[in-house]
Amino acid sequence: MDPGMTECQYSQISTVASSPMESQLGKKIPKRKWQTFPGRNKFYCNGRIMMGRQTGVFYLTLVLIVVTSGLFFAFDCPFLAYSLSPAIPAIGAFLFLFVMGMLLRASFSDPGVLPRATPDEAAHLECQIADDGINSPGSGGCRSPPRTQEVVINGQTVKLKYCFTCKIFRPPRASHCSLCDNCVERFDHHCPWVGNCVGKRNYRYFYLFILSLSFLTIFIFAFVITHIVLRSNQTGFLSALKDSPASVLEVVVCFFSMWSIVGLSGFHTYLIGSNQTTNEDIKGLWSSKRGKGNYNPYSYSSVITNCCAALCGPLPPSLIDRRGFIQPDTPQTAIQSNGTTAYVAPQPQAPMCDQDQCIQGTKFVFQAATTPLLHSDPISLGSVPPLLGKIPLGVACSTLSYPAQHAAAASMPSRPWEGQALAHRDPEHEANRQLYPQAPGLGAYGPSSQDSLHQDSVRGLVKLSSV
Amino acid sequence: MAETHSLQDIRQQASVAAKVFIQRDYTNGTMCQFQTKFPSELESRIDKQQFEETLRMLNNLYAEAEKLGGQSYVEGCLACLTAYTIFLCMETHYEKVLKKIAKYIQEQNDKIYAPRGLLLTDPIERGLRVVEITIFEDRSTGSGR
Repeated sequence: MDPGMTECQYSQISTVASSPMESQLGKKIPKRKWQTFPGRNKFYCNGRIMMGRQTGVFYLTLVLIVVTSGLFFAFDCPFLAYSLSPAIPAIGAFLFLFVMGMLLRASFSDPGVLPRATPDEAAHLECQIADDGINSPGSGGCRSPPRTQEVVINGQTVKLKYCFTCKIFRPPRASHCSLCDNCVERFDHHCPWVGNCVGKRNYRYFYLFILSLSFLTIFIFAFVITHIVLRSNQTGFLSALKDSPASVLEVVVCFFSMWSIVGLSGFHTYLIGSNQTTNEDIKGLWSSKRGKGNYNPYSYSSVITNCCAALCGPLPPSLIDRRGFIQPDTPQTAIQSNGTTAYVAPQPQAPMCDQDQCIQGTKFVFQAATTPLLHSDPISLGSVPPLLGKIPLGVACSTLSYPAQHAAAASMPSRPWEGQALAHRDPEHEANRQLYPQAPGLGAYGPSSQDSLHQDSVRGLVKLSSV
Repeated sequence: MAETHSLQDIRQQASVAAKVFIQRDYTNGTMCQFQTKFPSELESRIDKQQFEETLRMLNNLYAEAEKLGGQSYVEGCLACLTAYTIFLCMETHYEKVLKKIAKYIQEQNDKIYAPRGLLLTDPIERGLRVVEITIFEDRSTGSGR
C-alpha cells in the first residue's frame, strides 16, 4: 500500500533473519564438504586454505623469515644499494617474495589427501576379500580384510597395507599421517615448520621453498657480512656494529638456520634425483643393503627425468573437493553390511511417497505383532554384552601377540550371532528383510564397530610398544 | 500407485540392487589405472567387450592426464616462473582431461549403461580409488534379482 511502509517492513525482515534464503525458502543452506571433513585438519577462507592441526611452528617460521628479511631491507639495503648496487635489494626482494609464495603454497594446499572410503566401498572390500580368502566356518562372514595385499610393480613386490581408519588399501607410496589422521598420497613427511603434510601435491612447493630459502639465507648472510666489513673500513668495527645493530641479529639467525636448511635442500635434491620419499629413504625400502635384487621401481631411467617428473610434472587435482557442497543422497553415515555373501546395498534414503510409507509401516506393525521373537531379537541383543566384556580383556592382552589377538577378535564374537540371525531371517521373513534390512544390520552394528575399535586400539598399542 | 509418479521417482524407487567396485591396478606404478577384469555381477547385464572397452578408454584418458612429456614440462616450468599464479587464469592439463573424462562417462551412461539399468560413477567422486557401478533392480522382469 504505502511504499514507505512496505520498504520499512522489508528491511525489518532482512535484518532479523540470519540469512534471507533460510527464512524465505525455509530451507537450510547446504554444507560444504570441508565442514564435515573427517581428518584433523584446519580450514580457512571457507575451505580454500587447508592446514594441519598444530600451526604454532608455522607462525614461528613466518615470523623468522619476515623479521629477518625486514631488518635486512631496513638496515642493510640502503647502505648496500648506495655503495654497491641497487640490484642487491631487488634480488633480495625477489627471493623473499618467492620464498613467501612457496611457503604459503606448501602450507595452504592439500598435500594429496585420500578421501576415506564410502560405507558401500568399505563393506564391499571386506566381503570381497573374505570371499576370495580362506573359507571361514559358520557363515559368509564379511569381517576385517587381511592387512596387506601384494602387487608387483615393475618387477618389485610391493605390499599394500589396509588402513583401518580410512578403510582403504593404501596405494603404493601412500602413508597415513597420524597427526592429520589422513592417508596422503606419496607421503613424504609431516613438516611442523610448514604446518602441513608434504605429499604428492605440495612436494614441489616444499622443495622450492627450502631451496629458495637456502639461497635467501646465504644471500642475507653474505651481504650483511659485506655491509659490516664495508662499514668497518669506513668507521671501525665497533661503531659499525653500533650504527647497524640489527645486522648482528640477522647474522646470528642466518648462521644457525643456514646449516639445517642447506642440508635439508641437499637431502631433498638427492631424494628427487633418486625418486624416493623421505619415508622410503628412512625405512631403507629400496636400498641395495636389503637384498641384491632390490631397486626402486618408481625411478625413471635418469636423474634428469626424475627431477623433471617431481618438479615439472602434471599437477594432480585435489581429491577431497573441500569446497563442494554435500549432496543429500551421498552416503555420509555408516551403513552396515548385513553379513551375507551376496552383497546387498541397503535401501536408499530417497524420499518415498506417503502412500508407500503408510503401507510399509502398516506391514511392519502387522508383522511385529505376529512375530515378537524376531523383532525383539534376544540373540543379537544378548551377544553384545559378552562382546563388550571382551573388549577390555582384548586391549589388556594386546601386548601378547597381535596376530593371535586379531584372529581371536575377528573370529569369535560375531560368527555365532550372524549364523543365528541368518537362520531367523531366511525362510519366511524375506519380505521383512526387504523392508527393513537395517534390522539385522542394527544388531550387526555392535560387533562390527566394536571390532574396528578393538583393532584400532590394539594397533595403537602395538605402535607404541614397537617404538 | 506407480502411475502417479514421475520417471525420476520410479528410477529412485527402482532401488539399488547392488554396487560393483572396480579397484585400481597398480602394476604400472602409482599411475591412475583401473583393473579391466570383468566382474561376475555384470554378466547378465552387459557385454564383456563393451565393458572392457569403456575401462580401456578410461585408462587411456587417465594416462594422458598424467603423461610426462613436452607439454607438461612447459606448463610446469611456466607455472614455476610465474610462482604458480598462472593457474588463477588457466586450468591445468590434468583438469582439462578430467573434464573430458566426465563427459565420456556421461556419454557412456546415456548410450550404453543406463538402458541396461547400470550407472557408472565418475572415479573422481570416489577419490580416484574405484569405478563404482550401480546395478539397479530390473523391475520389468518382475523379480528383484
